[in-house]
Amino acid sequence: MLVENAALMTDGLLVRVEGLTRRYGEVRAVDAIAFTLVRGQILGFLGPNGAGKSTTMRMLAGVLAPDGGRIIIDGVDLLDEPLRARQAIGYLPEQPPLYRELTVDEQLSYSARLHGLSRVASRQAVVRIKQRCGLAEVGRRLIGNLSKGYRQRLGIAQALLHDPPVIILDEPTVGLDPIQIREIRGLIRELGQDRGVILSTHRLSEVQATCTHVQIMRDGRLVYAGALADLEQRRRSTSLRVGLQTPPAVALLRALPAVEQVEDLGQGRFRLRHAAGAAPTRAVLEQARVNGWELWELTPEHADLESIFIDLALEREVEQ
Amino acid sequence: MIFTIAARELRGLFLSPLAWTLLAITQGLLAWIFLILIDEFRSLEGRLVGLDPMPGVTDLVVAPLLRVAAWALLLLTPLLTMRLFSEERRVGTLDLLLSAPVAPVAIVLGKYLGVIVFLLGAVALIGLMPLSLGVGAALDFGKLGSGLLGLSLLAASVAAAGLYLSTLTAQPAVAATATFGLLLAFWIVDLAGSGQGTVSPVFHYLSLPRHLDAFLLGLIHSADVAFYLLFSAAFLGLATRRLDNIRLQG
Repeated sequence: MLVENAALMTDGLLVRVEGLTRRYGEVRAVDAIAFTLVRGQILGFLGPNGAGKSTTMRMLAGVLAPDGGRIIIDGVDLLDEPLRARQAIGYLPEQPPLYRELTVDEQLSYSARLHGLSRVASRQAVVRIKQRCGLAEVGRRLIGNLSKGYRQRLGIAQALLHDPPVIILDEPTVGLDPIQIREIRGLIRELGQDRGVILSTHRLSEVQATCTHVQIMRDGRLVYAGALADLEQRRRSTSLRVGLQTPPAVALLRALPAVEQVEDLGQGRFRLRHAAGAAPTRAVLEQARVNGWELWELTPEHADLESIFIDLALEREVEQ
Repeated sequence: MIFTIAARELRGLFLSPLAWTLLAITQGLLAWIFLILIDEFRSLEGRLVGLDPMPGVTDLVVAPLLRVAAWALLLLTPLLTMRLFSEERRVGTLDLLLSAPVAPVAIVLGKYLGVIVFLLGAVALIGLMPLSLGVGAALDFGKLGSGLLGLSLLAASVAAAGLYLSTLTAQPAVAATATFGLLLAFWIVDLAGSGQGTVSPVFHYLSLPRHLDAFLLGLIHSADVAFYLLFSAAFLGLATRRLDNIRLQG
């Protein structure tokens, strides 16, 4: 066992989850999911609300006990040695755990001390993290008076304070404005270089912007797991938008090879739906030239990731 | 770790107006009663001469004052302890403690220590009033000391019960009410035994303020000390178990 763990450590394996299950009464909020996280990965947990993302995060952070399965954090079993395993985790819950009556400095040094940093070390860590998360100017302000954006940043700062190898962020950019979102995403990408980051979100753009890997959850199960690049591959064009100065009858367009359906968008524009990978681009060009349709627009329309996500989240079964 | 948590707890208490208000109100009410007791003592003073043993100012002013102070603690402590865990659960800050590498027993003891320090401060303030009598009267410092020790132990027991009940709910008001109810039950449980002596002495034994009686007479019985300590330890143990349970239930 030890040998096995040691071997995995060299591969930079930070988190290994096996058969993780959690029930609330009759409902299986998380149903026997398994995955791994390697150093350098930013893993995005994606899924509609109520899919079990937060429950999974809470179990990984040791805040919620699972009903079954194993969680190994940095080579330590979270259930056997909770204190040692939790030392390796930085966790930002959905609701940043902040005391309204404390100042930013007080909150951070309290959290640092809770994670076992000495007085001196915690002072240094607080200064460093405030710089990194853009909190330097608000150190002496009361948390109760901070804006949502600052509180969220403070919550993230708190999770990073003791320099853990595994960082778990539950919806880290909720309630932030676009500029703050960009900053936080930059920070997360930076963190992902020498650590393992798990974040949850229900927005796909979030995953696209920050993650290297993605896992899609639905009803407590993993319905997709893989590198983000693989998911991008599924973006295949399934329709063409055409603009014609002197359009022919719809039936003529329908008769073009591989066209399955024609949608009249008005003012000479049409959407030609076709089978994946068989775009009738050539035929359209050819016919337009021969029949004098006077083509002025020809755009392949990509199925966006969003719709792939929705497909996966609603219908498709396990991919892996 | 325990001290870190205790320090934050104490800080939280003093940063909220609640703690100051409670201190001010208790102090004000007790001062009023203190004055009444002194007034009574002065009108009785002449008639006491010749009684054997002659009751002094410590028996007639300090002991009754501390007895009232015990009631004040019964009213004040639930309001202090109600927030300990229930507020943290409601606001979500408990997640910080649960995800930190801190054992549940350390969390419980840290919070308990914070409240105890506050209550010891309150008892010390209460003690200042009778102490001021030392300027003009012969005060029995031994009796005063044992009385204050008894009051502190009582406060510790009351706080432990309050801490446990605040782990049970995410609503501070519910925790306060439940604590008050439970403490009142332990307070008046000996009423059942005061009838014709037909009731089991168990009820006498369970009564919280009854164990204070000996302290006020200047007697420190190890049995009374043990009662308060066991009472506190039992509730702290329950609270620790309950904290594990919160993790299980989510």
